[in-house]
Amino acid sequence: ARLASRGSGLLLTSHFTKSRVVAMSGQSSGCGFLMSVVVHGDSALNEQEKELNQRLRRLYPAVNENETPLPRSWSPKDKFSYIGLSQNNLRVHYKGHGKTPKDAASVRATHPIPAACGVYYFEVKIISKGRDGYMGIGLSAQGVNMNRLPGWDKHSYGYHGDDGHSFCSSGTGQPYGPTFTTGDVIGCCVNLINNTCFYTKNGHSLGKKLQNQRQILYMLNLLIYLDTPGEVVDANFGQHPFVYDIEDYMREWRTKIQAQIDRFPIGEREGEWQSMIQKMVASYLVHHSYCATAEAFAKSTDQAVHEELASIKNRQKIQKLVLSGRMGEAIETTQQLYPNLLERNPDLLFMLKVRQFIEMVNGTDSEVRCLGGRSPKSQDSYPGSPRPFSSPSHKASSSQSYLTGTGSDTSWFDSNCCNGVTSNKNHSSSPHSHKPCPPGSGSTLPVSDISLNGSRSQQPITSNDMDMEVDHFTNGVTESSSNGFLNGSSKHTTEPDDCDADMEVESAQSKRQLCGGSQAAIERMIHFGRELQSMSEHLRRECGKNSANKKMLKDAFSLLAYSDPWNSPVGYQLDAIQREPVCSTLNSAILETHNLPKQPPLAQAVGQAAQCLAIMARTGSGSCAFASVDDYLH
Amino acid sequence: MKSLTLACGLLWGHRESSITATSRHYVDRLFDPDPQKVLQGVIDMKNAVIGNNKQKANLIVLGAVPRLLYLLQQSSSSLELRTECAVVLGSLAMGTENNIKSLVDCHIIPALLQGLLCPDLIFIEACLRCLRTVFISPVTPVQLLYTDSTVIPHLMSLLSRSQRTQEYITQIFSHCCKTPEHQTVLFNHGAIQNIAPLLISPSYKVRMQALKCFSVLAYENTQVSMTLVNVLVDGELLSQVFVRMMQRDQPIEMQLTAAKCLTYMCRAGAIRTDDSCIVLKTLPCLVRMCSKEHLLEERVEGAETLAYLMEPDVELQRIASTTDHLVSMLADYFKYPSSVSAITDIKRLDHDLKHAHELRQAAFKLYASLGSNDEDIRKKITETENMMDRIVSGLSESSIKVRLAAVRCLHSLSRSVQQLRTSFHDHAVWKPLMKLLQNAPDEVLVMASSTLCNLLLEFSPSKEPILESGVIELLCSLTQSDSPALRVNGIWALMNMAFQADQKVKVEIVRCLGTEQLFRLLSDPDTNVLMKTLGLLRNLLSTRPHIDQIMSSHGKQIMQAVTLILEAEHSIEVKEQTLCILANIADGNTAKELIMTNDDMLQKIKYYMGHSNVKLQLAATFCISNLIWNEEDGSQERQDKLREMGFVDILHKLTQASDPNLSDRAKTAMQQYLA
Repeated sequence: ARLASRGSGLLLTSHFTKSRVVAMSGQSSGCGFLMSVVVHGDSALNEQEKELNQRLRRLYPAVNENETPLPRSWSPKDKFSYIGLSQNNLRVHYKGHGKTPKDAASVRATHPIPAACGVYYFEVKIISKGRDGYMGIGLSAQGVNMNRLPGWDKHSYGYHGDDGHSFCSSGTGQPYGPTFTTGDVIGCCVNLINNTCFYTKNGHSLGKKLQNQRQILYMLNLLIYLDTPGEVVDANFGQHPFVYDIEDYMREWRTKIQAQIDRFPIGEREGEWQSMIQKMVASYLVHHSYCATAEAFAKSTDQAVHEELASIKNRQKIQKLVLSGRMGEAIETTQQLYPNLLERNPDLLFMLKVRQFIEMVNGTDSEVRCLGGRSPKSQDSYPGSPRPFSSPSHKASSSQSYLTGTGSDTSWFDSNCCNGVTSNKNHSSSPHSHKPCPPGSGSTLPVSDISLNGSRSQQPITSNDMDMEVDHFTNGVTESSSNGFLNGSSKHTTEPDDCDADMEVESAQSKRQLCGGSQAAIERMIHFGRELQSMSEHLRRECGKNSANKKMLKDAFSLLAYSDPWNSPVGYQLDAIQREPVCSTLNSAILETHNLPKQPPLAQAVGQAAQCLAIMARTGSGSCAFASVDDYLH
Repeated sequence: MKSLTLACGLLWGHRESSITATSRHYVDRLFDPDPQKVLQGVIDMKNAVIGNNKQKANLIVLGAVPRLLYLLQQSSSSLELRTECAVVLGSLAMGTENNIKSLVDCHIIPALLQGLLCPDLIFIEACLRCLRTVFISPVTPVQLLYTDSTVIPHLMSLLSRSQRTQEYITQIFSHCCKTPEHQTVLFNHGAIQNIAPLLISPSYKVRMQALKCFSVLAYENTQVSMTLVNVLVDGELLSQVFVRMMQRDQPIEMQLTAAKCLTYMCRAGAIRTDDSCIVLKTLPCLVRMCSKEHLLEERVEGAETLAYLMEPDVELQRIASTTDHLVSMLADYFKYPSSVSAITDIKRLDHDLKHAHELRQAAFKLYASLGSNDEDIRKKITETENMMDRIVSGLSESSIKVRLAAVRCLHSLSRSVQQLRTSFHDHAVWKPLMKLLQNAPDEVLVMASSTLCNLLLEFSPSKEPILESGVIELLCSLTQSDSPALRVNGIWALMNMAFQADQKVKVEIVRCLGTEQLFRLLSDPDTNVLMKTLGLLRNLLSTRPHIDQIMSSHGKQIMQAVTLILEAEHSIEVKEQTLCILANIADGNTAKELIMTNDDMLQKIKYYMGHSNVKLQLAATFCISNLIWNEEDGSQERQDKLREMGFVDILHKLTQASDPNLSDRAKTAMQQYLA
């Protein structure tokens, strides 16, 4: 059996590689009959694997499997020699003599139970009770003798089928539950919140085991033992639905933990809690330069703003430029407003430049755009703009372009994503959100679209600058429901007047071209790339190797290796969402020069909470399973 | 606290005291000729009575209620005024039970029900709110809801008006549905169709009250239960809706009530006991309710419902007995008030004391249900800590409910031969049981005497001491009871007692019972009583010396009774039992003659030997066989007489009978002739 399973394992691996190649080349001819047979067996297995993964993710969403993998089968290594495994290491059979207690044999699961499960559950089905039915399931620490029955040794727990007794670190059992035999499904549930465990039989809980609660912390490995010939047992780690309704049990504990959090006593003195929250909101608004909102909020809650309004507006201007992809201008403005900042931060400057390069490829950077890469019509649609670059197509990443700049009314239909709030929202729901972000992105949180709206749009429009601002803000709020930042494919409810422009941009989007399609722009981009290359070399000489920088540059240049960079494996860099980490890093750097916190307290609190949960998971506090930070960020 | 009450009492004495004076002022304003001032007066009154029970009582005493009702009913009153009146009345109803009584005496219910005919929703809601408060009080006669037959249909039609009307009406229904007749009235007016959609209402209160309605509607009602299983709510079967309401993140009250609904539907036969929604959902949910972490009330209700659910089904009893250590979990029910609660705080002690009886009786009920069929479970129960002691002390508790439950539990456990031989004897349970039988309500008596029947079985070691405690007289008096159940138990116990008893006991039974009573029982309308009386006779008439002795003193009457029964219309079982008695009589030395000299009786025996029922043939043949048995004085003569009467021919025929028992018996009898 062992050989066979190994063989099939090999087969599997080879097939995986094959299918991947097929996928890459996009064409597969001559796979033929044989191949399809393999595919069939494989897909059945994949199906099971998929179901298992789905169920485990649903049951234990808080578990980080990179750090603490979940048990998925019995371990072929961690077992006594009398134990045989088959059926993907899920079926256990006894192959010893079963004459004396020395013939007992156990097997452990591949991994210990992660504490972040909160509540862990698995089941076994007794396929055959063999000669005498001496079987048991339970828990043990790593390294406990596998030639013994579970429960007999220190750090091991067990429930035995022949007498229904439970054993806990001792050779004499205590009456616990009924006996079990062929056909019965026995489950074991570990509650890592109150450190108890209980067993189930055919879907019925047999009751808590309370002894040595603390010990349970250290014995987190599942265990099964068999003692007489003919005993066969199948395990279910989530491959199939469980007979016992463990999800219902988990629901109860989730409710308990959440009630505990909800009822947690906050600040004894009246109003303290509220004013703290107000401070956090205000600082968040200031940090992200929502200056008018911040001002209004501070006014209505009677707080002082710790940064000058002008300074906030400056940061806001820069951020807006970054988020709209106008990197060249952003860098220029930063250098004007905060001289020396970038000189002192060469890595930051490099990062900005790399982003500028990417925006050039995208056709959004001002240097490229002024070379005429974009539809002239949309230029016309922005009359009276005093800006030298006078092209609105910096919003290339949006699905619609605005029609007029006449007032804040029309801006409601602008689905530009240039605003932190909007993109944050999108960030959480975007299909790209799983992509690794460079460090510093952690501070972008989908926290507060909190009614930034009302007060904002009432701002008097004093300048064109302001006009833009209103655009972005109002739009940010509208956006939150429409999720349309990516490209022309998204559909919005728009006013009829909008249709034309909408259509046009969409069609332009559908044939996206390098640097907006202009030859001059491409040349400029290539030239810029060379500058970037030499800057990188210069940096390396000055400051030593920096693998992050190296990778950044390499990834950016890789865009040019594809005829359609947007649909290439490195195309994610072109997403507007990737502007956010850059924007936030730049923002933090500016704030630091003003001796202001580089992260808003709100983001910090959220980050700390998340970190706290991670530490709880590592130290074995199971309640972290039911206290996801996301549940509290609406 | 005490001094305050006293002060109030003093104030009551002074009619012109300040409190009464202000109260009077409120009432006076209701009579103001200016309707605007009346309205203001009612509004002020509303604000004055909120949360003030004394004020409420004062206003009631001063006659505010009739005036408010008058204003409420007057069509000339403005809608606003009428509504405010209803609100004030609702507020008054929130006070003490006495307040409710006064309101009901002023005929508030018909007035408010009349008010529901008004089209204005706000007014309707105020009336309903007040009606709700009145009807949920235990002092209000439920029947008042049903006196006017147009009320229920109108309430049904109001269910669609608003969430408030839904909440109040369903709450009224769930409190006023107490009898099968009420269930039928509500059912016939479409309660199920009208209330089912409310189970998915966005308001928790509405969902909860609708659920409660279903629990009272389905209780012991097959018609309702059978309809419920087929009801769909938003495309989902009702049972599934209930299962969802039992999820562990739902409020306990909801879980418990949903479990009740499913329990009642199951007991009414609408859901099978092996349905997964019972086995895997309802039962575990109810077991959970018994755990320590829940409120005492919830634990009581959970245990009682669970006991009811599994009463008839041994499989459910087995599952429950292993679920969550239920048997030992129930032992905690006896630990109230706990020693801790006495010390820590008085409030808790008071609370515990209040529920202690309820907890104990619920636990006894559940134990009784758990142990009613399975020997292993009974063993597990008796082995629970101090279990037998608890039952014994429960038998003599002051609360009838506890006594009844304790004796039910004892009865359930007494079905075990092993327990009768061991723990029952060790703990001398017969003593408190006997005491209980001296003066107890019928309910308790039925259970206790039934248990006594088991304790008097011949293998029970308690039989002797019970006999010595003068039980015979007690049992004989039970046979004179009006309740058939008590008569059965009395005679049954006597029957068990007479089984293989010595002469002294038998004589004592006959003496104590008296032949007159014995014959009265033989003509009892209840077949069970008749059967057990025959059984008693049969047990009395065993072993030859006993037969002869009893027949010599009561032969005439017994033969008469036997004749009567054989001639009357009775079931086969009764006749068989009677023939067996006759066979016993035929076994006596002198008693035989009572049959041999009675030709009529011999003809009857002959008739039954040729009966179509084998059992009767067998019993009759047995009788003849005893009469012609060799080696007894005068056997030859008897054989001759019976031959003349043609019995030999019949016996001969019966040797060919297809039933092996019968043919064997006939052959044995024939051999007596051949010898």
